[in-house]
Amino acid sequence: MGRYVIRRLLQMIPVFIGATLLIFLMVNVMGDPIAGLCGDRQCDPATATQLRKEFGLDKPVWQQYATYMGNVFTGDFGTAFNGQEVTELMSTAFPVTIRLTIVAIVFEVVIGIALGVVTGLRRGRPVDTGVLLITLVVISVPTFVTGLLLQLLLGVKWGWISPSVSSEAPFDELIVPGLVLASVSLAYVTRLTRTSIAENRRADYVRTAIAKGLPRRRVITRHLLRNSLIPVVTFIGTDIGALMGGAIVTERIFNIHGVGFQLYQGILRQNTQTVVGFVTVLVLVFLVANLLVDLLYAVLDPRIRYA
Amino acid sequence: MPEQPTPPEQPRPDRPLPSMPPGPHLSGGGRAPEDGAIAATGMGGAMDLATEEGASLQKVPGGPDGTGPQDRPRSLWSDAWRDLRRNPVFIISGLVILFLVVISLWPSLIASGNPLKCDLAKSQEGSQPGHPFGYNGQGCDVYTRTVYGARVSVTVGVCATLGVAILGSVLGGLAGFFGGAWDAVLSRITDIFFAIPVVLGGLVLLSVVTSSTIWPVIGFMVLLGWPQISRIARGSVITTKQNDYVQAARALGASNSRMLLRHITPNAIAPVIVVATIALGTYISLEATLSFLGVGLKPPTVSWGIDISSASQYIRTAPHALLWPAGALAVTVLAFIMLGDAVRDALDPKLR
Repeated sequence: MGRYVIRRLLQMIPVFIGATLLIFLMVNVMGDPIAGLCGDRQCDPATATQLRKEFGLDKPVWQQYATYMGNVFTGDFGTAFNGQEVTELMSTAFPVTIRLTIVAIVFEVVIGIALGVVTGLRRGRPVDTGVLLITLVVISVPTFVTGLLLQLLLGVKWGWISPSVSSEAPFDELIVPGLVLASVSLAYVTRLTRTSIAENRRADYVRTAIAKGLPRRRVITRHLLRNSLIPVVTFIGTDIGALMGGAIVTERIFNIHGVGFQLYQGILRQNTQTVVGFVTVLVLVFLVANLLVDLLYAVLDPRIRYA
Repeated sequence: MPEQPTPPEQPRPDRPLPSMPPGPHLSGGGRAPEDGAIAATGMGGAMDLATEEGASLQKVPGGPDGTGPQDRPRSLWSDAWRDLRRNPVFIISGLVILFLVVISLWPSLIASGNPLKCDLAKSQEGSQPGHPFGYNGQGCDVYTRTVYGARVSVTVGVCATLGVAILGSVLGGLAGFFGGAWDAVLSRITDIFFAIPVVLGGLVLLSVVTSSTIWPVIGFMVLLGWPQISRIARGSVITTKQNDYVQAARALGASNSRMLLRHITPNAIAPVIVVATIALGTYISLEATLSFLGVGLKPPTVSWGIDISSASQYIRTAPHALLWPAGALAVTVLAFIMLGDAVRDALDPKLR
């Protein structure tokens, strides 16, 4: 196990470097950060040169990247062009997005798995067909349409929720945005659980458990669910990173001041430091979540032994 | 519930064990521990659905205990076609797609107006005779714009899918066939692309582009989409490569190119087609999302994403301007996903 963890950690390094370098290059292509600093006016050439020198932008790109990564590992994500520390922005933005992601994950786990179990056990019945159809519809309606519609119906027409989330973003205001963020993954979790349950229901160990005379409830929860949930858990684990990155749309619709909001502002204002910093953290979250899921594999499925 | 007697199940290589040789193993969540640092896609649930559908096709039955003897030899494709013709889901989604293609080629067939002709005096007005969907915030006819919007969405979807499928299957197929260092490098490169959330990458990359054509959007989708297909193609080629007929061809002295073109490609392409079909739907949806965020297509291009985005400001007073293009978008994406689903069912040897 220890050797496996080390190998995986080593594998993560090139991926991390590659992904951050790719983002770094993309942002670099994004345009002249100095021009963004001067706003809409044309920059004075002398000032521009001086600023370029001050920020180290006259050096080659790879050197800028190396300097930046060096700083990141000492905890310095740089300063946004309005003078705010990027880490400061992160400390206000990440808690909000993490709360939103938690709400989304809870929805995925509770509703997704429950629906999946119900449909998996009643394969081919009307319930099953109905839920399957609904999941397909949910997957095919883009998230921003779902979000706008729910905002219109629940927030404006019926007044159940407030249409936009306050800047503190407590859990209760994040319920509907969380549901919107989770919707596509939720549908996928349902389908995944259904397939897994339906497959394992015919397994020998389930037949043995029934033959032993165990009550149906115990067979399902102890024997069937435990084995069927392995792929589901791995999917949800890897989904954490995707949800945090994909929250940009949901946060825009419900005016949530989280990571997506800051990133969007950073891109609009050509604020290189903010964009690269946030994306670097998101990539790290994604990689760590994947590693944890792989390790969880061994815990959940004792048949798997890591060399 | 009557229990049907089931044949004794053999342990299927469903979820790969780490001790297995590197092979085509994506199932369940579409990931395997040893497949690399990252296996889930950064694209979220819909794309994972596509990869899962494709991956389940890679379990090709091996020889006599799989397909069994048949009366007369039929190819997988004629078999699949026979199944598809009787599948109502395939027929309906196929008709929807056919209709979409026709109106994106000749939108004037069902909409006589000009999508760019707007009358501010009629802003946000509801349904009227001759204008069944009403008017949007700028006073343009929603019906005409929705019909004309199909062209851009279908073009983006088809071009992006073609680009992704060709690039991904060539790179992935070659990596799977030849293996070795190039394969390892390609796997790490796909890992890197998977680590970048798609919407985020789109925002960063497309925010610089000032061109108002659809090509930057297509280029971006190809850039971030090919790793998915390449992974599927690689796995599929590795499975096919181990089949006896490929070994026989090798023993007979067939060249690499002949083996690839005559023996492997026809047998390994099914998962790629399924994933590409479903991906087409997700690309259309992605284009709309990017346009909604303001970095995808830009006016005066007529697209559902742009229309939904501009209608979202008037959602309280004129929701119809948002609902019609959104409905069209959802039906289109759904049609492609259902089509992919039906094709997968027809090609799945497990169901035979």
